[in-house]
Amino acid sequence: MTGARALGLLGLVALAVAPYVPIGVMREYTIHVLVQIFIWSFIGGAWSLMGRFGLTSLGHGAFLGLGAYTSTLLWNFFGLTPWLGAVAAMALTAGLAVIVAYPCSRFQVVGHYFGLVTLAVGEVVRLLIIAERDWTGGSLGLTVKAAGHDSLLAVQFADKRVFYYLALGLWLAGLYVWVRVDRSMARSAMEAIGEDETAAASVGIHVTRFKVGITVLSAVLTAAGGIAYAQYISYVNPDTLAGIGVSLRIVFAVVLGGMYSLLGPTVGTALTIALAEYLRVLFGLKFIGMAETIYGLLLVLFIIFLPAGIYGTVRQLVGRRRPTAVAA
Amino acid sequence: MIEPVFLAEAAVNGLLLGGVLALLALGLNLIFGVIDIVWIAYVDLVMICMYAVYFVVQVYGWPIWVGGLASVALGALLGVLVHLLIITPILTSAPVNQLLATGGLLFFLQSFATFLWTTDHRSVRLALPRLELFDMPISVARLIAFALSILAMLGLYLFLSRTYIGTAIRAVSQDREAMALMGANPQRVYLVTSAVGGAMAGVAAALLIIQYAVHPFFGAAFGPITFMICVLGGLGNMVGAFVASFIMSEVIAVSGVIWSTEMGYVIAFVVFIVMIFVRPGGILAKRG
Repeated sequence: MTGARALGLLGLVALAVAPYVPIGVMREYTIHVLVQIFIWSFIGGAWSLMGRFGLTSLGHGAFLGLGAYTSTLLWNFFGLTPWLGAVAAMALTAGLAVIVAYPCSRFQVVGHYFGLVTLAVGEVVRLLIIAERDWTGGSLGLTVKAAGHDSLLAVQFADKRVFYYLALGLWLAGLYVWVRVDRSMARSAMEAIGEDETAAASVGIHVTRFKVGITVLSAVLTAAGGIAYAQYISYVNPDTLAGIGVSLRIVFAVVLGGMYSLLGPTVGTALTIALAEYLRVLFGLKFIGMAETIYGLLLVLFIIFLPAGIYGTVRQLVGRRRPTAVAA
Repeated sequence: MIEPVFLAEAAVNGLLLGGVLALLALGLNLIFGVIDIVWIAYVDLVMICMYAVYFVVQVYGWPIWVGGLASVALGALLGVLVHLLIITPILTSAPVNQLLATGGLLFFLQSFATFLWTTDHRSVRLALPRLELFDMPISVARLIAFALSILAMLGLYLFLSRTYIGTAIRAVSQDREAMALMGANPQRVYLVTSAVGGAMAGVAAALLIIQYAVHPFFGAAFGPITFMICVLGGLGNMVGAFVASFIMSEVIAVSGVIWSTEMGYVIAFVVFIVMIFVRPGGILAKRG
């Protein structure tokens, strides 16, 4: 355990000094990719809080979009700082999460049905954003109004390194929440509910309270991730922040990494983003669609051949080897 | 205030759209009910078949019925391929993995179509006479599509109720384990189901291409509403899916005229969400 802890500490130090490693012109780009990995890993981690207990949401784009658009609209139209905008957005998202999760739990909507209900919710948010085009710019998206200078109030900085540290902090906070949930009583309760709802209720577990609670937590964190992404890119778009596409991408990354482990979502997100970026750079503007084609093909192959996810599979292999090593 | 004639026109258009949506939903529902896996990429298979019709008719100049036959054959072939290559290895995996494998296929087909054919919208233009009914222009292409989709559904019904393999398919959808115990081969049933489901996608593609332009994101536009219809009708419940298609298409068409296209879909999705809570077994299910 101390070995793992030392390794973790070493990794943290490496991440802390990473923006100052002199790698010349590639630095800006590398930082850009890393910021994206942190933010989307955070969002993936938020999704896995629900996903690991069998609540497979295919509509996290709803929470992502609601969060990002609320804070952006409040800033653009009322000049409200995104810090307060984030509070409002997260409160709103929590409300939406309750509206979705409460009836789902009361009417025992689980499995495929839960996935399809959340998918519909994601589409509703995307379509509403497009329909309210006077405010939101419709499918063209919306640019976060520039403050004109570096401003902590507006969360806008010319130097990407500031965003790097903010995103790193966000990612670590996400891991912390994951560990807290993992070690809590709620985890055992949620696992029991995931296995058999009726049996869980019969031993006194308040099924609805736990389900709604974990959904709200997951949704609020997802909204925070959406706001962070909107602030970093300073642009919001209904197709990249709401709807099926982004919802599926989040789930993909997590399942690819493995949703039952702390670093699974991060490994999966890092791989999918790195892969997408690599293919994008490789093909450039020459073969439009080729990068995504290979991406889709690899996803299918990964899911068929590594069903426990990459990180999960590696952990299983290591875990299997360790006892024999001790025995020998 | 909206003129009543526009509402009436929307209602007629909704009815005609409902026929094709029903066809899509029946194909997906058949697979869903028998194999118990949601093919997220089902409407993307339709998209590929639509391109096939486009190329056969517009580019190579064959008559439209040849395009239609080619589309059905291609659909059946794609259905078999999807089953053998993607579904068979993950038949016993966790549901989330099954969803995602076909979701990956969605990304694959969408971007491969973008790569091969760019994002241009392409349509098949047929020289058809204009028709007017009570001052309302009626699209003849939609009328033909409606009639043919009703025929295709009748064909599917006869296949499922009158043939030996059709009976086996219905039996598997009722009880998978029991059928295996009776000595039936579920693998063969699955394969035939996938082929038939794919062929339905081909029929739908041929009927859609004469009304809508095809582009790589066609599946993303029609996919969600198709899943909703399946669930609304009740999984494996063919009559339910049929009724649900018309409810959904009317909701979309009429509220699309009153507000906007997006709001039409929003209302359709909200109706779906509420219906899941109120009647989880589908609209025609008995209250349990």
